[in-house]
Amino acid sequence: MSGPGLDELVVGKELDPFIDNPLTVTDFVRYQGASGDMNPAHHDTEFAQRAGFPTPFAVGMLQAGVLATYLTDHFGAANVRRFKVQWKEQAWPGDVLTYAATVVGTREEGGQHLVDLEATVTRQTGGVHLQGWATFVVE
Amino acid sequence: MTTSKEDQDGTSYTMVVELGKLREFARATKSSNPEYLTAENPVAPTTFLVTSSFWQDAPPRRASGGGSGSGSNGGAREGAGYERMLHGAQEFVFFGEPPRAGTRLSVHSRPGPEYEKTGRRGGVMKFRELITEYRDEKGELVAEAHGTIIETSQAPTGGANT
Repeated sequence: MSGPGLDELVVGKELDPFIDNPLTVTDFVRYQGASGDMNPAHHDTEFAQRAGFPTPFAVGMLQAGVLATYLTDHFGAANVRRFKVQWKEQAWPGDVLTYAATVVGTREEGGQHLVDLEATVTRQTGGVHLQGWATFVVE
Repeated sequence: MTTSKEDQDGTSYTMVVELGKLREFARATKSSNPEYLTAENPVAPTTFLVTSSFWQDAPPRRASGGGSGSGSNGGAREGAGYERMLHGAQEFVFFGEPPRAGTRLSVHSRPGPEYEKTGRRGGVMKFRELITEYRDEKGELVAEAHGTIIETSQAPTGGANT
């Protein structure tokens, strides 16, 4: 897949946001099976409550993975060179998350054009679930 | 997977980028991208390498309740409960395209910096970083992961990191 050309990528350009379906515990279970992270706090209500949480909560790496899906859909799966996330507030079953990203820089390094992005995953409350940073090669 | 080996410099193990696991992971992260799902020789999804710490043939972390907040890229301390461990941040750096299906990666994890901060509610939070290197069959460094685990002195309540 070839993503957007360099001439379209100017600092401040915002990608079309992706609004996901409401989070479900099934999403968590599916991700946990795929990743091998079996922390019961994400699917076992009794366990989560014993640990002081009202219900199971979202697997942070799932939303990181969906953010990466969103960005690689734009720029190409093979073009990612750096991807970083930092979690803020927790996300919960039923949350509707909006994935958004903005171009914060373009540069040339080793004969390749690179684009730097900042991203956010925001809950329906306006609270930020995670912040992300990514760098892609642009063809 | 092969048996992992722990020494004072960290943990070493082998991870094969398996096609079926790669596609399962892409679907679980809500991808419909043919670059992952139908390509004959797909690259790994961006965050796929985090699975290496869960699939390695190491003693199961669940046994003593040890483990990490939510997908920690390893480094969980035995005996520390899930409820005290948070995954604060995670970074992946690729030195070319991400590894493709079939690649046999030599993985080496080592502890990074440790530091403490006082949280908003007065609890002490311990930050531990874990650095993981991924090398291909030729020994070339293809990717590096940096995970930050936060251990809290009290169970996190609303507004905590994941």
